[in-house]
Amino acid sequence: MSSQASRAGGPKKKLFFTVAIVIVVGAIGFLAFGGIGKNLVYYWNPTELLQNEARAVGAKIRLGGMVKQGSLPKSYNAEKFSELTFVVTDMKHDVKVHTRSVPPQMFREGIGVVIEGTYTKEGVFESERLLVKHGNEYQPPKPGEAVDTKKLMKSMAESKK
Amino acid sequence: MSLALFGRLLILAALAFACAGAVLGFHAGRSRSALALKLARRFAYAFAGALILATLVMEYALLTHDFSVSYVAQVGSRATPIHITIVSLWSSLEGSILFWGLVLAVFVAALTRSLRDKNLAFAPDTIGVVLAIGSFFAFLLAGPANPFGDVPNVPLDGPGPNPLLQNHPLMIVHPPLLYLGYVGMAIPFAMGAAALIHGGMSSAWMSSIRRWMLIPWTFLTGGIVMGGWWAYEVLGWGGYWAWDPVENASFLPWLTATAFLHAAMLQERRGQLKAWTLVLLFVTFALTILGTFMTRSGVFNSVHSFTQSAIGPTFLVFLAVVLIFSVFLLAFRVNTLEPGRPLRSWRSRDFAFIFNNLLLVLFTFTVLVGTCFPLLVEAIRGAKLSVGEPFFNQFALPIGTAIVFLMGIGPALPWGRASADDAKTALLWPVVLSVVVTSGAAGLLMAQGHEPKLWPLLCVAASTLALVVALRDMWTPIRALRKRHDSGLGTAAIKALKRGRRRYGGQIVHIGVALVTLSIGISGGYREIGEKLLKRGESMKVGDYTLTFAGSKNVSDPHRQRILGIVRVASGDRQMGEMYPAMNHYPRQMNPIGTPAVRSTLTGDLYLSAMQIDPAGSFIGLRVYLNPAVPWLWVGMFVMMVGGTISAWPGRRRKRGPAAAEAA
Repeated sequence: MSSQASRAGGPKKKLFFTVAIVIVVGAIGFLAFGGIGKNLVYYWNPTELLQNEARAVGAKIRLGGMVKQGSLPKSYNAEKFSELTFVVTDMKHDVKVHTRSVPPQMFREGIGVVIEGTYTKEGVFESERLLVKHGNEYQPPKPGEAVDTKKLMKSMAESKK
Repeated sequence: MSLALFGRLLILAALAFACAGAVLGFHAGRSRSALALKLARRFAYAFAGALILATLVMEYALLTHDFSVSYVAQVGSRATPIHITIVSLWSSLEGSILFWGLVLAVFVAALTRSLRDKNLAFAPDTIGVVLAIGSFFAFLLAGPANPFGDVPNVPLDGPGPNPLLQNHPLMIVHPPLLYLGYVGMAIPFAMGAAALIHGGMSSAWMSSIRRWMLIPWTFLTGGIVMGGWWAYEVLGWGGYWAWDPVENASFLPWLTATAFLHAAMLQERRGQLKAWTLVLLFVTFALTILGTFMTRSGVFNSVHSFTQSAIGPTFLVFLAVVLIFSVFLLAFRVNTLEPGRPLRSWRSRDFAFIFNNLLLVLFTFTVLVGTCFPLLVEAIRGAKLSVGEPFFNQFALPIGTAIVFLMGIGPALPWGRASADDAKTALLWPVVLSVVVTSGAAGLLMAQGHEPKLWPLLCVAASTLALVVALRDMWTPIRALRKRHDSGLGTAAIKALKRGRRRYGGQIVHIGVALVTLSIGISGGYREIGEKLLKRGESMKVGDYTLTFAGSKNVSDPHRQRILGIVRVASGDRQMGEMYPAMNHYPRQMNPIGTPAVRSTLTGDLYLSAMQIDPAGSFIGLRVYLNPAVPWLWVGMFVMMVGGTISAWPGRRRKRGPAAAEAA
């Protein structure tokens, strides 16, 4: 049918196809150069983050792990908060995190967190947003056990946005 | 007999009816046997009846807290309020598939009825295809997603549905609308497939398919926007759309369905793009299946993905079957369609429609790439990542704005061919008004100390153009009628509406789209955010607002504990009362869930979201969003739904012939 139609079409049909092709080629070009690679958000745990250190600087990252015991300042108290530095761990590697945003209600040591932000050259994870673990599926690790960051990320799903 | 067993038997009966009806429908399509068609129709009704009854059994089990039914044990809880118990039918996987079956059942019954006694060549195959789809869902319910499992040790109480789903009344409306949209698209798919199976396509049948597409399209429009509305009112991140995979999943078939609604008009009126129109129909249905797979299988994390189940692979197989079936149909049967007339001029509504189709498909393609890219990366490299919002916005803004501009140009031009002078006359005033309004908006922004930004202003220009053209298109027939009959405005308007229901419906939809575009452009470009930890008595300023924390109060509901932060709002010197962002604690849920407080006015929302509230009331972690123009998004959605309904409403003329005689 299409061959018949295009034969019947003449110049106008050609015009249509030219426009179509230009748009499609433009679209593919836009996609190729439009930088899907620049707009990726990586889901990493501390170990993966440190493995990908070169790529991590400046990239958008969702870091999943546990707030390390003893890493919050002794005087930490939500009421006095203005900015905060603490350590996120997967029990194998640690990453230092700095945040200016108000931490969520249940934030404390030993709790699972997912932190959105980026990694800086100074080796500090600069947080834009802090989420504590959500839902009932994720259980915190027993002492000595590694943090199951995959499961943690999944359990964070509900508060994803 | 236990309820679970009864439910399972009903599902199995539905499966048997669907399979038998599908076989008979296809047989009737080949043999033209009236008896086979009659039986196929009976099986279609029986299938619908069995699924409706199965859903009622499940609702009964939920309401009587019969925890021996597996789904009830999974989502039921004696503490849950009754209205939430009713809607917990769609709060988890198995129940939502059952609900899906229910919606399909209702659509199948309505379709079967609409095809009654008409000597339609396409009817048998249509019934065959919808019942084949019905068999798949009945099979899902019988096996991989069985909600009627037996529970060996019956518990005394259950965990209750996901607290996020209990937090807002929109959760009662959004899922059914979305399902009505998603599932309903199986009907036009079946009708289109039937045309190819039978061979050929008529203008009347295409018009009928279009109407069957308009119904789910209207529901889907509401479902998508209400999903965004729910996220806005419940999740507390201050926005309504994040290009999240599940949002995209609902948006993708909407885009292709919209393209179809336009292509079908071109096909009806000018016989063009027959094969293309069918491709859009098939792609739309395939995208609803892909979307269900993406949201329900757990490949993406979201509030929609439930615990892992065997349902993912089953859906992929079904998707593959649908795609292969569609490709084969198109490849081998497209020659049965008559060739269309060629495009006569680019200065025509036809060309605007074709261009609109290309842009909508391009839009679909980019959203699909961005949505599926993380899946590909994970499959190939095992790395988990997602595509960020900037990627999507970078495409959505230019493509979306271009589509809205076309919405202002297309309807202004005639079908076929316009002379250069006609085109100029048709477009002169709308363009002038659009330029004037946009300059005015830019001036207003600068007067208020905002910088004028490109995309919001382009959105204003495009939606003004579309708005003016739509209003003029609606006004012209009314004016003509008034002149001819010297009648009042109301009488003329009603007469014009009755005569041109589709035209008015369509233009009302366009007005809705223009409002939505305005809202998206302005709220995206000019939102303000503030965040602070406030002690009792402390204030913060965002925009013109001063917000003071005045302590907290605790509220006990039967199913949850709430801590409300009391925030006093003042604008300049004017006191505007209190707002209460809240933290909700649910039993059996360790973490509290915040609920934002939103104050809407015509110009925008003041949106307060608490990150934490001290139960003793000594401090609050507060995030404040000023979201201009957001309420117009919801208004635009309602306008679109009204327009869709007017368009889809059955006309009186249809009721001629034997069918009407019998009905009367």
